[in-house]
Amino acid sequence: MKFSIVVFPGSNCDHDAYHVARHVLGQDAEFVWHKDTDLKGADVVVLPGGFSHGDYLRTGAIARFSPVMGAVRAFAEGGGPVLGICNGFQILCEAGLLPGAMLRNRDLKFHCEHVSIRVEQTDTPFTRLAAAGQVLRIPIAHGEGNYYAEPDAIAALEASRRVVFRYCDPAGQVTDAANPNGALNGIAGICNERRNVVGLMPHPERACEPALGSADGLILFESVVGALAGQGALQS
Amino acid sequence: MKARVFVTLKPSVFDPQGQTIAEALHSLGYTGVGDVRQGKYFELEIAAASADRARALASEVADKLLANPVIESYRVEIE
Repeated sequence: MKFSIVVFPGSNCDHDAYHVARHVLGQDAEFVWHKDTDLKGADVVVLPGGFSHGDYLRTGAIARFSPVMGAVRAFAEGGGPVLGICNGFQILCEAGLLPGAMLRNRDLKFHCEHVSIRVEQTDTPFTRLAAAGQVLRIPIAHGEGNYYAEPDAIAALEASRRVVFRYCDPAGQVTDAANPNGALNGIAGICNERRNVVGLMPHPERACEPALGSADGLILFESVVGALAGQGALQS
Repeated sequence: MKARVFVTLKPSVFDPQGQTIAEALHSLGYTGVGDVRQGKYFELEIAAASADRARALASEVADKLLANPVIESYRVEIE
């Protein structure tokens, strides 16, 4: 199974995602430069974290116009699993593949720390092996992760069960104190209507081996490998 | 022709930077300053035959790239 990891100028978590796919999970993985227009036979597309185009103008605002984004959009519209991590989530929002936008963190600080997030939905390719309500300990590293959408859009997200992850305390309670950035409804990650495109601000790819302090993020990657294996996408 | 584009967060969107600036001003004694909203300002040199065309182009650019309609609104001035 092949992970295609899109590299924008300023991406800095691309190698982390590659490492997880190839060396932790033993899957095929390849980098795709943002100026490429095909995804090199991807089974899964990852838009990694970082600071694409220096975060100039707005996070993800310029990356959304990269040539590769046409292929990413077509892949997503065809039902292919797409994971946007941190800046990748911001790019998916700017591209309109996910609703909403990111504001500056409410305290104006860049937060770099491990947080707890609760898995709200398990019927996405990236959470199917998780239990509903499962608490994951995963790092965040962002200055603009304060998820915002109009009240109607938030209501629609909740009604259609598209909030996939919420910030919570270690016991799984969603509290304001456990919300690191002010995101509405404690939203840490969402999916599209078809549920194949998932974006989240925390970095699961930085929490896939015990040596890194947590391996809780691995479940996202194992989920998508299992999801595609179940569909017969794995080469024997 | 020069277009000036002012991009601001929508009134319904919390602006933590503006609030922090307002608090700083209050602590400096500028109690007459109320709410502060921080925005972005762009100057575009535009080759266009008329002010209307320049305004249309600046608006198109703002819609497409300069402003995110989910959180921001904008205003265009032509010089």
